[in-house]
Amino acid sequence: MIIEAQGLTKTYQSKSGPVHALAGLDLQVPRGTVKALLGPNGAGKTTVVKMLTTLIKPDTGTAVIDGIDIIRHPKSVRRIIGVSGQYAAVDENLTGFENLEMVGRLYHLGGAAARKRAQELIDLFELTAAGNRPVKGFSGGMRRRIDLAGALVINPKILFLDEPTTGLDPRSRIALWEVIKRLVADGTTVLLTTQYLEEADQLADDIVVIDDGRVIAEGTSDQLKAQIGGHRVVVALVDATDVGTAREILARHGSGEPSVSTDGRGVEVAVTDGPTALQNMLSDLRAAEVNLHDAGMRRPTLDDVFLKLTGHKADLTVTDNDTDAGPKLSKRAQAKRVQKPTADADATDLEKVT
Amino acid sequence: MSPRHSALRPEPVTPEPVTPEPGRERNESRLGTLPPLPSWNPLSLWYSDGWTVTKRNLIKIKRSPDMLVFAVIQPIMFVLLFSQVYGGAIAVQGSDYTQFLMAGIFAQTVVFGATFSGAAMALDLKEGIIDRFRSLPMNASAVLIGRTNGDLALNAISMIIMMATGLAVGWRVNTSPPEFLAGVGLLLLFGYAFSWVMALLGMSVKSPEVINNASFLILFPLTFVSNAFVPSETLPTPLRVFAEWNPVSSLVQAVRQLFGNLGTAPVPDIWTMQNPILTVLIGITVMLLVFVPLCIRKFASISSR
Repeated sequence: MIIEAQGLTKTYQSKSGPVHALAGLDLQVPRGTVKALLGPNGAGKTTVVKMLTTLIKPDTGTAVIDGIDIIRHPKSVRRIIGVSGQYAAVDENLTGFENLEMVGRLYHLGGAAARKRAQELIDLFELTAAGNRPVKGFSGGMRRRIDLAGALVINPKILFLDEPTTGLDPRSRIALWEVIKRLVADGTTVLLTTQYLEEADQLADDIVVIDDGRVIAEGTSDQLKAQIGGHRVVVALVDATDVGTAREILARHGSGEPSVSTDGRGVEVAVTDGPTALQNMLSDLRAAEVNLHDAGMRRPTLDDVFLKLTGHKADLTVTDNDTDAGPKLSKRAQAKRVQKPTADADATDLEKVT
Repeated sequence: MSPRHSALRPEPVTPEPVTPEPGRERNESRLGTLPPLPSWNPLSLWYSDGWTVTKRNLIKIKRSPDMLVFAVIQPIMFVLLFSQVYGGAIAVQGSDYTQFLMAGIFAQTVVFGATFSGAAMALDLKEGIIDRFRSLPMNASAVLIGRTNGDLALNAISMIIMMATGLAVGWRVNTSPPEFLAGVGLLLLFGYAFSWVMALLGMSVKSPEVINNASFLILFPLTFVSNAFVPSETLPTPLRVFAEWNPVSSLVQAVRQLFGNLGTAPVPDIWTMQNPILTVLIGITVMLLVFVPLCIRKFASISSR
């Protein structure tokens, strides 16, 4: 294990009382693998990353990175890690090159080596055109790439990526994924946090689902999906008044209770024998003269896993300025009480797919 | 479109997730080669880190015209406003107002200049670059040293502009060059020490906007309830006592003395006013001794949001 953390806790004081950002979190990351911390805003993901990168100290618990105790030897830990956060931590007034050179000097590479390395990274990340202009004028995706390059100045043993693509447009997101995959292929250990289910699916060997500062599930994407069974059949109705009939028919051929979307036109159910169940449902629906907009089968997503594990949707409220560290946590509690309409979560899905 | 429609789309074709074989060696070459770390001693590391961050702040000054404009225009404006508008109305015994005023303007400018440190620390914290610095194996004081050095540079620029403006409206230095240089040194050193005070404030507030407002609450009483613009004897007793013990007053008094701008007015019979240079030196020492360690300690525990 290159990362071994046990019983990490962190409590913040807020106006509405203490908030447990981490409530005894354990984490193991094997060398050369990619682990994703998956959870909604306020789950404690950023707090974990900040702790392991020595930015904040745990109230209790221990963590060892590559054999180095993070509490006793933070400076030694900093020599072997690279961190790229949710807010591109670059100096707006410096050029891309100057930013990277500064980071290199602060890693004590020396002037000549820092400049050489900065140029290598500019080339590697295809930032050549932008390398000599102040970061101010760059797009969000470009800033993230410079920030990620900053995390790679020393070719770290462990790379921490805190929501690397939050707030990026889909194209920049995919481009950044490609960069991360390249690093992973070179054997760098990566711990990444994300609230995008697909991102964890794409990049990680292993996924740790966290909620309210605790690990609630762990395993590969397939293992997690296996927990909620096979395929799901989804139908979209032309007329919402047919929902009762449709529900009944789906329940007859499915395994479990069908769920109805908030607008009352979508009905969904888990099935064991997908194709047969779908055929039977469609013929029954036709016999009952239920008109459909659309019908189909889908594999379970991690969103389904999250719903199953926590009883609530992965509140994919993508407000970019919201983090899970600090007193803002109380927002999370509110978000939980006021259940997000399903439509929102699905809209996020759609955005990810396009 | 029904919200469920998205679920009916075909599953996107996704490439296989990369799964490295356990225990596989890292391919170092593709990421580029790194030289071995030079074996520097702690002192040269500290110096190098401080200089690296200072350079960052100097580039920032160069590339933020608004900051330069503020640093250049504001002092000119103050010199002209006070000397030309109030100059005729405020009588100073044994001196003309412009001679009396300049030391006050210098002191005010270096104190105002120190607020850049506060605002800049708050901004760096908000933008997350403090997290980047803190995740690097650099010296913990380097960011603060670089920041306060940046203020020092900015203050030096302001000082030159102000002196040129002062000379143009009739201000003169009536002492020897060493005394003049000592005066300039005292001003810059005071501004530098005050930068650390403001830096601590900047790291302690929730947003950069707060620091700007908070600065004015500190700066205006500190610079206006002093002998910078009017002789302190003219003030009502509570304000007069505050002004006489105000470190800015000592700075102004010391600079007037070193530049030969005192005139013939009697110096208040207060120790701080009788020994202004010594008072300022003590003030600078105390500020540095208290706030440098406080700042470094604070820096080691801050993180964005």
